[in-house]
Amino acid sequence: MKHKRENFSEEHLLYLRKLKRTDLTVQISRILLLVLLLGVWELLADFEIVNPFITSSPSRICTTIASLYREGTLFYHIGVTLGETLAGFAIAVVGGYLIALVLWWSDLLRKILEPYIVVLNSLPKIALGPLIIIWCGTGSEAIVAITVLIGIIIAIMNMLSGFVSTDKNKILLLQSMGAGKLQILQKLVIPSSLPAFISMLKINVGMAWIGSIMGEYIVSKAGLGYLIVYGGQVFKLDLVMAATVILCLLAGVMYFLVVLLEKIAVKNDRR
Amino acid sequence: MKNEILRFENVTMIYHTPQGETAALKDLTFSVGQGEFIAVIGPSGCGKTTILSLAAGLIKPSAGRITVREGVTFGYMLQKDELFPWRTIEKNILLPLEIKKTNTPENRKKALDLAVKYGLGDFLSSYPDQLSGGMRQRAALIRTLASDPAMLLLDEPFSALDYQTRLNVCDDVYRIIRSENKTALLITHDISEAISVADRVLVLSRRPAHVLGEHELAFPREMKPLKRREEKTFSGWFERLWRQLNV
Repeated sequence: MKHKRENFSEEHLLYLRKLKRTDLTVQISRILLLVLLLGVWELLADFEIVNPFITSSPSRICTTIASLYREGTLFYHIGVTLGETLAGFAIAVVGGYLIALVLWWSDLLRKILEPYIVVLNSLPKIALGPLIIIWCGTGSEAIVAITVLIGIIIAIMNMLSGFVSTDKNKILLLQSMGAGKLQILQKLVIPSSLPAFISMLKINVGMAWIGSIMGEYIVSKAGLGYLIVYGGQVFKLDLVMAATVILCLLAGVMYFLVVLLEKIAVKNDRR
Repeated sequence: MKNEILRFENVTMIYHTPQGETAALKDLTFSVGQGEFIAVIGPSGCGKTTILSLAAGLIKPSAGRITVREGVTFGYMLQKDELFPWRTIEKNILLPLEIKKTNTPENRKKALDLAVKYGLGDFLSSYPDQLSGGMRQRAALIRTLASDPAMLLLDEPFSALDYQTRLNVCDDVYRIIRSENKTALLITHDISEAISVADRVLVLSRRPAHVLGEHELAFPREMKPLKRREEKTFSGWFERLWRQLNV
């Protein structure tokens, strides 16, 4: 039995307060931990207990980002990598979803293609790098292609297992109502695989960043991956660290957006 | 039989798997008359569910003939309610209309009136997870009735419920099916459930299943399942069916 807020018992109010306090402790500790890590890092570097030339430091990272901004290249590099990542992510997700649908539709095709998918999945996609450069050139297309390759197989496998695990009894129920395969797909398979879709998105956010940065390692003229490789080659570790920090932030934001999407989807979905 | 709407004649069903073949039904013959409530009991795994799938035309028999009267449609009710959790009760109830593409305002109104009549009015905009097991099963029945089928195929619709809910839901479903004048074919492994609802009970043998016996129960039509259980003849029927099942 649920009570209205005003008739909560004393004990329940205490319980709520305790929950709130725990929550607050977690939030504050998280921030403190970050401040502590950055502070220790900064101090160690400032007093040259560690060599700031090798370890960089939070202040040097800030200066580097600021100077990139002044040169006007900061958003250019972010834009290039973000564009490649988002394009690769979108193509992998949409393509993987559609291919998984086709494989769900045709049992025969699924059986025929199964070993190919398994082999492609276990192949380190980066091995195809040289081929992709020759086929797609040395521009952003090659990087998007690598990103798609890394993401699409996982998208296919995740969605396919989501589609295939549709409740057999619910399929039987729809068949007894006279539903055809297309109706079963629309009314049951697609809505019931929503959790699989969300978890596939989450995995693919990470995969897309791996793809675009790896791609930029192999071939690039711009982007965050390019800055990291370039910074490493000329021993400008401030640049490497700065690009890494930006990368962390972007990946975090993108993951957060997917979680937000999940919250909206689940709110309209209750299961 | 007069007013016959479904007839099985020497129906044989064999399932094929890579491991071999299994005969589920052998020379099964029975018929169902309009408005009748038939219960089929048999040992577990004897192919009872196969009968429903055959009747609904979801699978074809290996041999024999199944005759369905012209224009007769079926509604299927399964062990679990199988309500779609992402749809409201209203949307769940209207699902058969969507599938059959008969989602007209009149049909929608008819289905929703049915829901209101049988006490689901307040729950139409709720989601299945907000309803009790008994209410969910009632919603599943209204969904089955929404497309106005002539005959209901009930596949152990109470067996997933706890005992108390089960007796109540059984009463409930019986009342609704009777007052809507539907023909029903109930599959169950529960002898007392069969006696408490059916006009006629078919006893099936072990696999491959054939009819061991047919029993007209002759309880008054308006007598509710729970009331039947109090009748003197109830235990007599139980014994007869129990013995026949265990030949």
